[in-house]
Amino acid sequence: MSLPFLLEIGSEEIPDWMIPGALENLRSLFEEMLTKAGLTTPSVTVEGTPRRLVLRAEGLPERQSDAEELVSGPAKSAPPAAVAGFAKKQGIAVESLAVQSTPKGDYYCYTKKVAGQPVSRILAGALPDLILKIYFPKTMYWTGKTGPRFIRPIRWIVALLGGEVVPFEIAGVPSGNTSRGHRILGQPSIPVTHETYETVLRDNFVLLSAATRREKIRKEIAALYTHPKPDSTLEDTLVYLTEFPTAILGNFDPQFLELPKEVLITVMKHHQKNFSVEDGKGDLAPHFIAVMNIADDPEGLVRRGNERVLRARFNDARFFWDADQRKKLADRLPDLANVTFQAKLGSYLAKTDRMIDLVRQLGGDDFAIRAAQLSKCDLTTELVKEFTELQGVIGGLYARAQGEPEEVAQAIYDHYKPASMEDSIPTTRAGQLVSLADKLDTLRGCFAIGMVPTGSRDPFALRRATQGVVKILVEGKLPLSLSELLNNDRQLQEFVLDRVRYYFKDVRGYKYDEVNAVLASGWDNLVDVEKRLTAVQAVRPTENFEPLAASFKRIQNILRQAQFTGEGQGILSGLLEPGPEADLYSDFERVRCEASNLDYQRALETIASLRPKVDLFFDKVLVNAPDPTVRQNRLALLHAIRTESSTIADFSEIVTNS
Amino acid sequence: MDNFQQIVFKLKKYWADQGCVIQEPYDGEVGAGTMAPETFLRVLGPDPYRVAYVQPSRRPADGRYGENPNRLYKHQQLQVILKPSPDNVIDLYLKSLEAIGIDLSKHDIKFEEDNWESPTLGAWGVGWQVMLDGLEITQFTYFQQCGGVDLDLVPAELTYGLERLTAFLQVTDSVYDIEWAPKTSYANVRFADELQYSVYNFEMADVETLWKLFDLHEQEAQRLLTLYPKSTEKRRFPLLPAYDHVLKCSHLFNTLDSRGAISVTERVGVIARVRKLAVGVAQAWVDQQQEATAA
Repeated sequence: MSLPFLLEIGSEEIPDWMIPGALENLRSLFEEMLTKAGLTTPSVTVEGTPRRLVLRAEGLPERQSDAEELVSGPAKSAPPAAVAGFAKKQGIAVESLAVQSTPKGDYYCYTKKVAGQPVSRILAGALPDLILKIYFPKTMYWTGKTGPRFIRPIRWIVALLGGEVVPFEIAGVPSGNTSRGHRILGQPSIPVTHETYETVLRDNFVLLSAATRREKIRKEIAALYTHPKPDSTLEDTLVYLTEFPTAILGNFDPQFLELPKEVLITVMKHHQKNFSVEDGKGDLAPHFIAVMNIADDPEGLVRRGNERVLRARFNDARFFWDADQRKKLADRLPDLANVTFQAKLGSYLAKTDRMIDLVRQLGGDDFAIRAAQLSKCDLTTELVKEFTELQGVIGGLYARAQGEPEEVAQAIYDHYKPASMEDSIPTTRAGQLVSLADKLDTLRGCFAIGMVPTGSRDPFALRRATQGVVKILVEGKLPLSLSELLNNDRQLQEFVLDRVRYYFKDVRGYKYDEVNAVLASGWDNLVDVEKRLTAVQAVRPTENFEPLAASFKRIQNILRQAQFTGEGQGILSGLLEPGPEADLYSDFERVRCEASNLDYQRALETIASLRPKVDLFFDKVLVNAPDPTVRQNRLALLHAIRTESSTIADFSEIVTNS
Repeated sequence: MDNFQQIVFKLKKYWADQGCVIQEPYDGEVGAGTMAPETFLRVLGPDPYRVAYVQPSRRPADGRYGENPNRLYKHQQLQVILKPSPDNVIDLYLKSLEAIGIDLSKHDIKFEEDNWESPTLGAWGVGWQVMLDGLEITQFTYFQQCGGVDLDLVPAELTYGLERLTAFLQVTDSVYDIEWAPKTSYANVRFADELQYSVYNFEMADVETLWKLFDLHEQEAQRLLTLYPKSTEKRRFPLLPAYDHVLKCSHLFNTLDSRGAISVTERVGVIARVRKLAVGVAQAWVDQQQEATAA
């Protein structure tokens, strides 16, 4: 008979962003446990809300099947006492022992019958540890310092196999068949069965499925307002922050629209978890959408409460904006001496000075230099102290309001960009250079004092800074020398190379062997790297390329075996044997001449056209000629061919089928 | 509609009914109810305890000369400690909201992750900020460590922002418009403090004097902490007065900070000085409690 299984871990409110990961982890721990118990994995589904992590499985057997286990005993030559001891331990007579032949000789053995256990007993034994093993980034204890750890206190557990409770206990909480409804709207204690579970929860204002909650939020938003601003991050948060989400529309005084929209959106989204909305023209409209964790708001109490909080926040922002205008950005520069960047790397004033130098070295104009000078001044403003996520943006807005040139304002505004791999780079050249200078300074400084990221520890977000540098150099088409930018610091170069590889491979989608091939030919200038990659990618599917790459690998092996360095070794045409060798040479001379004047792609195509001659050469000519001078000359020819493409890509890195 | 003091009365009554000792505020400057010895020291050790008190909390940098409707130099917290935290602690908390007239079925309550940490006290816990219709009304924390010591019993700490809560219930946009008592507004009672302390903290506090005071309090706390291990009669040893001096240091640090008198390089160092004292007191306190139990 096959049975359904239901597990509901009832917890106090779990942080929204941890729930999807915890559910996946629960599923894989459960499947692992079944496999270990020799049970076939049935279909397992997981669902969760802030108060419950739920796992359901269909088709579990009632019992494990019986198994046989071969127990090895003493050697046949062992003293009788040892043999008797073994038999006794197994609970059988010596006569019942069998003998097994192994390469080491004959041994007594016994085939033990292991009766399958009831699955309920297996689950009851495994679940307490399994549940406490679910990974959360930060856990707590609640029954005392030696007690179990979980994300928040576990308050109830439902564990049903078929119609029976799987009995176990965690932190004094026994499993049962009683769930709980919505904290405010539902019943505090509800008996459930497999059949009724989801509908009973629904009747108690718990929508178990995240997809259902998401759908409800989307539908209601669409019904409330014609131009909602979709925001999937905020949606995720609200889906996992509620058990019964309901959207409502609220308003704010249109006079607040005078404040920068960046500030208004930040307040709504990050501080209040509200969606902002737009009018038909794409401007911010004086409304917002809140998502409640109850069914309705007939008297408008929740709407008015949210409106008042927003009003207070916007008033604060206006108060800070006005207060900040009393001191211009430029006048705040000396105050940066009192803001630490990093204990060993000094204040933000010191950082600003280094950034100005860097922008100059990078070839920045006066706008870029001015922007670098003012870029960190907003750190002393009230508005940035309140909305730290808007640093840079606020500086840009203030610069504009205070009459700095638009180029300067925009560069300050953008200089934390790109915030992620998905984010765009600064729009202007000045912004790109200030952003580069900021990030490079952080990287150089941190590496110089040994603050190198390890594993998941990266407190200064150096990986993100590096990705920003790579993205700006490539997408801003800035042909700058990376090694110089990186202070020729070897460890830093390794770190950056890793991010360069990640960028081209995972962000841009180039094949890993193409990236390896191109980077092996140098990566000092990332704009050039991209050009070479595009060329390799374009030539790769042509018929000659991969076979040639395979030949190059062969050439590389031959050169390595011969320990050929190629130093000072010209090709002596007189030593070339007429036929395939001389033909290859003359074709190579033609290619060498042509390729030097072509762009990368055409050059690669031309080099690839050598392929028939290379093939013929390997087919007919013995590289390892008995005459050492002839042999050296052939090696020199191969070396020259291999070197010809080496400024574009190292073909031997290309993975081929042949 | 309830005025400010009625809300305080109701909350105190509610928690008294849940077995809390109703304490009066700590009689010195603190930045939060957590720092009062009724929380900081009482959460240590194996003895159960339940306490509630209003704690005026001073944050010099938050002063706004009485001009900002939502920011105060000194605000009032209702601090509740339930040690150990009972299984139904969240239900108890929600009922306290009903006790002050909030109909939960008509409002939106959310528990949003917010973990609390105080580097100065060597203390941290996990929990939530409780949101009522988008307004943060309570900080809810399960303490895990205090003074660098793992806690034997895990206490739940509930910290209500009384001004916010009252402004919400009275539907006013400015804390100064809150009705404190009949015909008496919050501004009548508190405006002068807000103005004068802002002037003092931002403009007139004498930096040199404050540093001297800081050093003196630090020396006195340190002197006592050095004497404690040698003391033969540990139960009599004045650790509570030592902790008073630690709190003085903490407040002086905050005032110096708001005065802009602490440079970047100094800042981390000064926090470490205060933490060292706080951790010292906490550890000595745990030891003293054990001595007292053993005796």
